[in-house]
Amino acid sequence: MSFEVPENCNYLESHEWVSVTDGTATIGISDFAQDELGDVVFVELPSEGDELAQGDEFGVVESIKAVSDLYSPVSGTVTDINDELESTPELVNEDPFGDGWMLEVEVDDESELDDLLSADEYRDQIE
Amino acid sequence: MPLRKPPLRNHHDERGATFTEFGGWDMPVEFDSIKEEHLSVRDSVGIFDVSHMGEIEVSGPDAEQLMQRLTTNDVTQLSAGDSQYSMITDEDGNIIDDTVVYRLPDDDEADYLFIPNAGHGEQMHDRWKQFRNEWELDAEIRNATDDYAMYAVQGPDAADAVGEATEESVTDLSKFEAMYATVAGVRCWIARTGYTGEDGFELICPWDDAETVWDAFDCQPCGLGSRDTLRTEMGFLLSGQDFNHENDPRNPYEAKVSFTVKLDTEFVGRDALERAKEEGVEETFVGFQLIDRGVPRHGYDITNTDDTIIGTVTSGTMSPTLSEPIGLGYVPTDYADPGTVIRVMVRGRSKKAKIESTPFLNDK
Repeated sequence: MSFEVPENCNYLESHEWVSVTDGTATIGISDFAQDELGDVVFVELPSEGDELAQGDEFGVVESIKAVSDLYSPVSGTVTDINDELESTPELVNEDPFGDGWMLEVEVDDESELDDLLSADEYRDQIE
Repeated sequence: MPLRKPPLRNHHDERGATFTEFGGWDMPVEFDSIKEEHLSVRDSVGIFDVSHMGEIEVSGPDAEQLMQRLTTNDVTQLSAGDSQYSMITDEDGNIIDDTVVYRLPDDDEADYLFIPNAGHGEQMHDRWKQFRNEWELDAEIRNATDDYAMYAVQGPDAADAVGEATEESVTDLSKFEAMYATVAGVRCWIARTGYTGEDGFELICPWDDAETVWDAFDCQPCGLGSRDTLRTEMGFLLSGQDFNHENDPRNPYEAKVSFTVKLDTEFVGRDALERAKEEGVEETFVGFQLIDRGVPRHGYDITNTDDTIIGTVTSGTMSPTLSEPIGLGYVPTDYADPGTVIRVMVRGRSKKAKIESTPFLNDK
């Protein structure tokens, strides 16, 4: 089975992705992660204004069969969260890199992206 | 110890199933999506491979007496082709296992067949032999777990699916009735039983014919994941979780299965259960729904509104039918009335919940 691994994202080994545009990071979980979890039924996210350090736990994603902590790929301030996931958590399964995004963070230091996996490196991890 | 494999392990793997260890067996947990499989069973029909369940055959002149004395229900009520849900209890009346007991046709080699849970087959086989010897009864006991595959076809359209697949008419069977019938040329023991809350049938066929029988059904394959969400919505017990003889012994009154206990019969644990009935129980099995957001899971603490721990979640999930987080567990009887507000510690956070009557689905 092949999973979507967009080139414009960086990845954590724990399967979160991050994509940075104009200093704002969008964060979610990968196609591989949503497939492993199965039907996502609940996503717990931080509040706007929360400060996150790289590697901090920022929330929880639960599927029918499993529960997983979520870790932040970058340091910064939460500027937006995906409210849609409260009523339709299945968006994480349906469109993990699109409508299933989880939060936006104003990035403190973009050089942190160098600590993360590239698309190729992440692909190697899940294959 | 290597996991035991059901006869269709490779067949399910090729179909894209994911697997989990259950009772020492490597079983399919999910074929497509737990939610999709669950809703297929609630809306139409699905088929489960439950070949990990044990099969013990009991025969001989004293077979009935042995069965009567080792299970809590009244086996003398069973005619050939009947079955009953029953408990196997210890001297203290605590549940060792739950089971379905079948009375086989008179011309069958065995008189009774009963179905222990996965991983309990050997233990029950030994228990039956031990008591047979102790009581000097004339009965033969055979652990036939490796001889048979077992499937459950469940859902409102199960009768159509099983009716079409069988040569003989099985759709006239009442609930808990069973008969031999032929599926794709294979003789199967087919019972109108199941553990999903839906109409349905369970089929037992020879291990070597497992694939022929499975392939005779063109319906949604379902794994243990959806089996668990379906039975949780019904408030049905899961062995090892909702009763666990080693870690959290419970008697049938606590576990709300007193309908399986016939105190006018003689069985191991009867006297203890008579006392339990007279004295009442201090804790009881309940269903609850989380009011706050979150998902309750096995092992989480249940507290009262003063944050005092009063129990443990034994099963919990997000109900695919209701889209609500539901759970099961034992609480002091003072907290057992529907509507009572309790709290569940979900990953260190106290979440509001309320006791609900089971089954959680009103129309079941």
